Amino acid sequence: MPNTRIYLDNAATTKISDSVLDAMLPWLKDGYGNPSSIYTLGREAAVALNKARSQVAKALGCDDNEVYFTSCGSESDNWALISTAKMMGAKGKKHIISTVFEHHAILHTLQALEKEGYEVTYLPVYENGIVRVEDVEKAIRDDTALVTIMYANNEIGTIQPIPEIGEICSRKGVIFHTDAVQAVGNVHINVKEQKIDMLSLSGHKIHAQKGVGVLYVNKKYRLAPFINGGAQERGRRAGTENIPAIVGLGVAMTEAVAGIDAKNEKLRKFQDRIINSVMKIDRVHLNGDREKRLAGNLNFSFEGVEGESLLLQLDLQGIAASSGSACTSGSLDPSHVLLAIGLPHEVAHGSLRISMSEYTTEEEIDRLLEVLPVIIERLRGMSPLWEHIIKGETFKIK
Amino acid sequence: MIYSEKVMEHFANPRNIGELEDANGVGEVGNAKCGDIMKMYLKINNGIIEDVKFKTFGCGAAIATSSIATEMIKGKPLDEALKLTNKAVIEALDGLPPAKIHCSVLAEQAVKSAVADYYKRQGIDPTPFVGKIEEHCDTCCEV
Repeated sequence: MPNTRIYLDNAATTKISDSVLDAMLPWLKDGYGNPSSIYTLGREAAVALNKARSQVAKALGCDDNEVYFTSCGSESDNWALISTAKMMGAKGKKHIISTVFEHHAILHTLQALEKEGYEVTYLPVYENGIVRVEDVEKAIRDDTALVTIMYANNEIGTIQPIPEIGEICSRKGVIFHTDAVQAVGNVHINVKEQKIDMLSLSGHKIHAQKGVGVLYVNKKYRLAPFINGGAQERGRRAGTENIPAIVGLGVAMTEAVAGIDAKNEKLRKFQDRIINSVMKIDRVHLNGDREKRLAGNLNFSFEGVEGESLLLQLDLQGIAASSGSACTSGSLDPSHVLLAIGLPHEVAHGSLRISMSEYTTEEEIDRLLEVLPVIIERLRGMSPLWEHIIKGETFKIK
Repeated sequence: MIYSEKVMEHFANPRNIGELEDANGVGEVGNAKCGDIMKMYLKINNGIIEDVKFKTFGCGAAIATSSIATEMIKGKPLDEALKLTNKAVIEALDGLPPAKIHCSVLAEQAVKSAVADYYKRQGIDPTPFVGKIEEHCDTCCEV
C-alpha cells in the first residue's frame, strides 16, 4: 500500500483536528475584526480571545491573566528566559540552572545569555534521560535567578520530575520555568499544584495550527515586554492577536487535557507492542527510560544503520518518522540529546524516533512492524559498518 | 533539504550493490563517527574495470553517490575511472543539497582508494596514478 500515509512524527507537528478547524473557520472568514476595536466586529473577536484564554487557563490550572499568547513555543521560551534573566540580573542574580538536553530554543537562548555575562549550570541527564532532583537542589546558589527544565524531552520522550523540582524551587525562592511543549496533552499538568512559575507550550503539537503558542507566567512576576508596541496581552506582548489560531488553540487545549487518560491508555499498548517487537532485532537500543516516558514516544538506535536512509526507506513505504542522525539534524554532529544520554556518535547516527498521536491506529502499527525489520536488514546488508560490527572490529557500547 | 528525483531513484534502487568475491581492488573510505562509510570492490582485467560493487553506510546522498559512481566507472579503463570527479557525480545526480557535497567527495575517494589497492596488490606504487587519498572525509567532522 504505497500510497498510504502513516504519520508517526507527532512530536514534530500534528494534524489540525476537525473540531479545531471548525472553531477556527468563522474567524478566518467573517470574524476578521481586530479585538482592540470598539465596534461589534472587534468586540466579538475580543470575546473569542477571552474565551480561548480562559480555556487555556483552565487546562493549566492558572488564572486567565497569567496566560500570554505568543507565536510559538520558541518565542515563549525566549521571552521567559531573556526577561527573567534581565529582571533578576538587575538584582544581582545572574545564575541559571538547566539541563544538557533542552530544546535548542532554550539552549541557544542560554548561550546568548552566557555571552552577556550570565552563568549557566547544565545538569546531566544520565543514561535514562532524566535529571536528578538532588542535582537541581545542589546546583541552586544564592545568586540563582532561574531554573529552566523541560517537562518531557522532545526526542526521547522522558518525563522529568517537574513537581519535585517545583517544590524545591518554591522552597528556595527560585523562579521555575518549564518548556512543556511535548508534555501538554500527555501529562497531567497543574501549574499551581506543581509550583511552576512559567510554562511554555505550542499549539501545533496538540492539533492546533502552527504559529501560536502560550507563555504562562505566575502573576507575582512582572516580566518585561518581549515585543514593544500596542496594549495587547496586557501590554507585554504587542501585535494584533492571531484570533483564528488562538481560538483553535483554546479548543485544542481543552480537548488535549480532557483526553489525556484515554490517549495514554491506548498509546501505552501500542508502545509496549512496538518495544517488544523492535527489541527482537539484533543490536538495537531503546533510548530513554522505559517507564518514565511519554506514551506516544519511541526512540531506538539500530547499530550499523544510518538514520536518514532509514527515514527515506520508511518514507518509500509511506511512513513518516524522525531521526537524530547528523544528516537529519543539518549539522555535523548527531542529536545532542542522544549524546547527552551517553550514546557514541556511531550509535546516535542510527536513531529512529516514532511519535504517535490519538489518531494512530493499530493497523498503522502493524504496518510499521511489518516493514521496519525488513528495512533494517536491507540497510545492514549494504552497510560496511555492520560488517565491522558483526566481526567485532569496531566500537563497543556499554 | 530536498533531494533530486535522480538521487531518490538511486537511493531506492541502488545499482551494483553488494560484494565482489573475486575483486582485485577494494577500497574503504569515511568513518562511522561521521556517519558515512563507503566500500568499493573492483574487478580489473587488462586495465579495464570489468565489474564493480559497493556497500555504503550513510545517508540517502551517500548511497546515491556511490551507486551512480559505480555506474560511471563500470567498463571503463582505469585512467578514465580515475578522472571521475565529485563534480561529475553531482551533475549526474542533477545536483545535491550543499550539506551533502561531501558525499560526492567520498564517492570519488572510494573509487580512487579501490584503484590504489589494485595497484598495491600488483606491487605498483599507486601514488603517481591516484594521488593522495583522503581516507577520512575532511569536510565532515573531526575525529
